[in-house]
Amino acid sequence: MNIVISGGRIIDPSQGLDQVGSLFIHDDRLVGFEAPPGFSAERTIDARGLVVCPGLIDLRARLREPGLEHKATLESETRAAAAGGITTLCNPPDTTPPLDNPALAEWMIDRARQLGAAAVLPIGALTRGLSGTHLADMHALHTAGCVGVGNAYAAIKDTAVLRHALEYAAGLDLLVFLTPEDPWLGAHGIMHEGRVATRLGLAGIPASAETVALSRDLILIEQTGARVHFCGLSTAAGLALMAAAKERGLPVTADTPIHQLYLTEDDVGFFDSQCHVRPPLRTLQDREALRTAVAEGVIDAVCSDHQPHEEDAKRVPFSNSEPGIAGLETLLPLTLQLADLGILTLKDALARLTAGPAAILGRPEGTLRSGRSADVCIFDPNTSWTPEPASLRSRGRNSPFFGKPLRGQVILTLKNGHICYEKSAANKATTRDRAPG
Amino acid sequence: MITDIQVDDHGRHRHFLTTEGLSAKAIGEILDTAESFISVGEREIKKVPLLRGKTIVNLFFEASTRTRTTFEIAGKRLSADIININTSVSATQKGESLLDTVRNLEAMHTDLFVVRHPVSGAADLIARSVPNHVHVVNAGDGRHAHPTQGLLDMFTIRRYKGGFANLKVAIVGDVLHSRVARSQIHALTALGTGEVRVIGPRSLLPFAVESLGAKSYTTMAEGLAGVDVIIMLRLQFERMSGALIPSAHEYFSLYGLTPERLALADPEAIVMHPGPMNRGLEIASEVADGPQSVILPQVTFGIAVRMAILARLAGAAGTETKSP
Repeated sequence: MNIVISGGRIIDPSQGLDQVGSLFIHDDRLVGFEAPPGFSAERTIDARGLVVCPGLIDLRARLREPGLEHKATLESETRAAAAGGITTLCNPPDTTPPLDNPALAEWMIDRARQLGAAAVLPIGALTRGLSGTHLADMHALHTAGCVGVGNAYAAIKDTAVLRHALEYAAGLDLLVFLTPEDPWLGAHGIMHEGRVATRLGLAGIPASAETVALSRDLILIEQTGARVHFCGLSTAAGLALMAAAKERGLPVTADTPIHQLYLTEDDVGFFDSQCHVRPPLRTLQDREALRTAVAEGVIDAVCSDHQPHEEDAKRVPFSNSEPGIAGLETLLPLTLQLADLGILTLKDALARLTAGPAAILGRPEGTLRSGRSADVCIFDPNTSWTPEPASLRSRGRNSPFFGKPLRGQVILTLKNGHICYEKSAANKATTRDRAPG
Repeated sequence: MITDIQVDDHGRHRHFLTTEGLSAKAIGEILDTAESFISVGEREIKKVPLLRGKTIVNLFFEASTRTRTTFEIAGKRLSADIININTSVSATQKGESLLDTVRNLEAMHTDLFVVRHPVSGAADLIARSVPNHVHVVNAGDGRHAHPTQGLLDMFTIRRYKGGFANLKVAIVGDVLHSRVARSQIHALTALGTGEVRVIGPRSLLPFAVESLGAKSYTTMAEGLAGVDVIIMLRLQFERMSGALIPSAHEYFSLYGLTPERLALADPEAIVMHPGPMNRGLEIASEVADGPQSVILPQVTFGIAVRMAILARLAGAAGTETKSP
């Protein structure tokens, strides 16, 4: 189908572009900002007053399938992603069973493709069963379509195993995802070790849980030459280590979950389990350092760190609650708010959700370049809306942002040239059916 | 952000979950009421009809003798009907969730829950889930708070020392795992205590303990110098994980309260302990049973203070606190 998106403010950070114009799509491809010879649009999308940007890439979203389908499914969450303007997302390997075999990775990719909303790029297991003892079949996982390998929250305690895993991955030029959290310092902790944890009598996770792990990992990266992406930095001290590592030229990148740029330990208040996240919410100083790091590019990408839960998972005492926020549909508006706050320009804010993650993953998505797949997000930067449990397409019922007005609403999402979300059809809650036959 | 829910919009005490945020005035009112209840326990007929017809459920997910018994006596002296439920968390975790357990008991028209739970925040969670007319008293949640103990300790200090403004109070030992210490520190600072100190090995003092308003010391020699009140804490081995102290022997040699160390404090100093005591581990028997010890009176006062708190929440009209 030929589609023209006309009159929108086209922002494509990958090309340094911010201009009003039209975007032309032929079947599943982008074909440029000028109508190709003989182009006749079957659908014209009026984007006047709207922003047109590449479909967003979310580096970390747990979809809960397989294994935890009572929380969410590939179907529910890839559609929620589309409603949030996300067209590509990475799924960590801590599914049940863990993502350590190629068949599971292939199934996940195919299933998402059939559903026709956001594409899923699985992150394969770095060690078998996430055990931290035996290497997983990384090459097979990569061949099956895994975008890289990692061990999710399961720390690799044995330094020799980590070293060999990094060596092996480096030999295959695989991207390794590491979560910097020292398994001993973080062992019993439930929130940031600070004033609030002291007040509430909750066991703390010190900032050093991040810096000790990060320091160890950086030394092994220097030794092995592995390409590593660090998931979820949360501390000012960790950012300083990351900045220094980049300065030294190490092949490292990093992200932070968007909620870390807004919330602090104080938001836990009186045991608000919606603010139970991992890594924990840190101090105001840490949050300010994270904002600066996102602006300066020490943090290459922000992500949703989407972790959908049923209501009951949070209706227990704080320490017993499951960590995480259902964040797919609030990722874009919260990122736009960074521009409103003057932390970075709108174009740079969008870069952290498009060109930034694409560069980390070495993927062709995250751009509006001619010839690339037509993954496009169209949003209204001025409309405010208030997320509520019932208004989310995600099955997740957990967010500290419920009831708080956010500015910026997705109007339409295209995946491979198919409309996989359109706001006017939103009430029908069908996104797939809009795809043309 | 969710906020404190102990006091309702009209300034009435709905729940009693923590001493954090209580005003000196509110604490003073509770202690005054407790004074008036002391005599009830000394009468031939030890009962007043304030809570007649009310049902109190003592819901204990953690072992307790002193606290549960004194709550039971307090409720009975106020003429309430008391049901004791002792259950282990593991048993409920197998099936029913904490809130389901509470909802079932609530369906039996309970008016007030007294809750003890090994996890910080459990009482707060229950208080947020019960209907408006149901009250929750925290009888100890994890490391967070034990507010009735905190106030009975304030009652004891006021009885023996008169006031708080000129006092130096030292809390000694395992502050990290102590809900009692947190409740004491909040109450002491609210009452304008001259100086609040915590003393213990660095590994048993919370990371940001000074943010609570206490000065921290790691030696008894410095920390006990000239204090008027010494509160010893129980070493909570059951909550300890990892290498926090080398041995009980070394702990006692550094932080045990011996007659020699007691001599560092003001000669009129009183010695308190929330119990249960580990004799020879945090406190020498000579001190525990000595003339400066007020450990047993603490238990007696505990009944009157708990009566005052139950009456404040569930008594006929509810008690006004203009400045919560």
